[in-house]
Amino acid sequence: MRGPAEGPVLEARGLETTFRGRGGGTARAVDGVDLALGRSQIVALVGESGCGKTTLARTLLGLERPSRGQVLFDGRILDYASKPLKAYRRQVQLVLQDPTGSLNPRHSVYEAVAEGLRVHKVGGDEEALVARALSQAGLRPPERYFLRRPHELSGGQRQRVVIAGALVLQPEVLVADEPVSSLDASVRGEILALLLSLRQDLGLSVLVVTHDLGLAWNIADRIAVMYLGRIVETGPTEKVLRDPQHPYTQALLSVVPETRRLEQVVLRGEPPDPTRIPAGCRFHPRCPALASGVAAAARIADDCRSTPLAPLPATEEHAAACFLSGLGQGMLSPAVTDS
Amino acid sequence: MSLLRLEDLTVTYRTAEGAVPAVRGVSLELEAGTTLGVAGESGSGKSTLAATVLRLTPPTATVGGRVLLDGEDVLTMSFGRLRAVRWAAAAIVFQGALHSLNPLQRVGQQIAEPVLLHDADVTRRQADQRVRDLLGQVGLAGRLASAYPHQLSGGQKQRMMIAMALACRPRLLIADEPTTALDVMVQAQVLDLLTTLVRDLGLGLVLISHDLSVLGTTCERLAVMYAGRVVEEGPSADVLARARHPYTRALSAAFPTIGDAAARFAPRGLPGDPPWPGDLPPGCPFHPRCGEAVAACAGTDVRLRECGGAHRAACVHVGTRPVEVRA
Repeated sequence: MRGPAEGPVLEARGLETTFRGRGGGTARAVDGVDLALGRSQIVALVGESGCGKTTLARTLLGLERPSRGQVLFDGRILDYASKPLKAYRRQVQLVLQDPTGSLNPRHSVYEAVAEGLRVHKVGGDEEALVARALSQAGLRPPERYFLRRPHELSGGQRQRVVIAGALVLQPEVLVADEPVSSLDASVRGEILALLLSLRQDLGLSVLVVTHDLGLAWNIADRIAVMYLGRIVETGPTEKVLRDPQHPYTQALLSVVPETRRLEQVVLRGEPPDPTRIPAGCRFHPRCPALASGVAAAARIADDCRSTPLAPLPATEEHAAACFLSGLGQGMLSPAVTDS
Repeated sequence: MSLLRLEDLTVTYRTAEGAVPAVRGVSLELEAGTTLGVAGESGSGKSTLAATVLRLTPPTATVGGRVLLDGEDVLTMSFGRLRAVRWAAAAIVFQGALHSLNPLQRVGQQIAEPVLLHDADVTRRQADQRVRDLLGQVGLAGRLASAYPHQLSGGQKQRMMIAMALACRPRLLIADEPTTALDVMVQAQVLDLLTTLVRDLGLGLVLISHDLSVLGTTCERLAVMYAGRVVEEGPSADVLARARHPYTRALSAAFPTIGDAAARFAPRGLPGDPPWPGDLPPGCPFHPRCGEAVAACAGTDVRLRECGGAHRAACVHVGTRPVEVRA
């Protein structure tokens, strides 16, 4: 089942997801997000732990109810009544991080993959469907894997089983949370190549949640950088990673060990508390552009500290939620040179 | 005399399925004030190697060769001497350290424990002062000594583990995947800290990781392990830019250079998985996954060969082919 060809397949509009924090405060984990996943697109949602990226993914999957805003699938607002929600979850499948933890050690590969079919009471030839999903996930010939148990498989094979478990329901969208972070370095490339080929061969759309910018460079068409509940920069991967506009994206890039050409901007401290989101630009207490006087020189330092920034719209263009980028001087002092 | 010298180290585990050779003849050397990165994946033997330096391997392990710490063999020293050497001469920051703090005890007490145990003359007050100094050294506020682990972030816990390792002023620090569970920003902070400690305290540092780029930015020398052996070693710049072993090149390419057009939509990896140490392929254990394997590879177990300077690699192609220079 394919929806209308126009428009994104999955969309967040003004999405907010809050939790009651310890001591009665409210944690605004997702705090006003507009995000669109186009058909057959791979979008990387990147950010540090605690930035809200996993909560955003869970809200998009219908696993959390947003406190405000909507999730749209094929242009239709997600209905949280149990029947339509179950149908939705079949279309939008989660691929879990850490395949070792997410597979039941007592279940065979066949049972692990067939589980989704049974939960959703999918009719038809179960064995054929399981075999097709395994083979789409690169486990060929599939019959050879039917009776294996997780401990008999390598890390890469386990991750393929987890992916097959999602594919068996023939979804339109995969949401993959850190799909390679627990894998060996040499195996990682093969799993990323699998995600690319699923997009190519099955037309799947993939939202990859990760803190790994190299992964985004490897496979993502677009990237959305999240900080403290908001998307702070978004755009085509080449533009965002080669010419980052937001000081946060610039800092993140500068500490990736591969980007030795850049002068490191190591931010002090760790992501702040979603129960106490700073006024003005939420990044301002850690912003190197504000600390170094770049913002003051552009006469926007007061805005950074106190003027609320509107959320970035779900645009295909390159955009950054920063007072500096509006002035066309979003760069910190050391310029990023094209290689 | 080297701070640490491994001579033909072998470690074999006895298991229900037979003998599993985890380390199969590793020789390495580290001087005080220098850094050595050990790269490898699961089953490469890198964590066993770390544990063996302080004789922390389980009773099922048979260890051969020598581990010389300041010239003294750790494998043959008396248990009393070993207790003194652990913490005071060499300390390990283990993988998964984030979960190894006692959740019911304030972190300051946990750091003070080795201080008090190793020096009977130290008073409680002196130990507390030492804890505050240590926290300062790893860039944490002294007041965090009274925190419980759950009140700390991942980066703070990792710093606590490093502070604890430094408690008895060791000269050798071994860090096994110290940044694997951390975000890039926190990872950069921790790597900066380790570099600073080497410089300021003249420590020798062995940094173990599966991420070659992390090691390359932090360590002067690199050793790449595969199936229980070092397959390539040398100055970091040589190993990264002029890797001679196909496995090293694959490991390098696994984490792409952001901005490199060749890596766009072209993730690079290796077919297959790292071999199970109990069932290694014959000849060069890497040959089933190697894109450059020739007929000889299945039958020849190649040991390290010189490839110029201090750079060595265990590959049949070394010596038969000019050095390729990667752009």
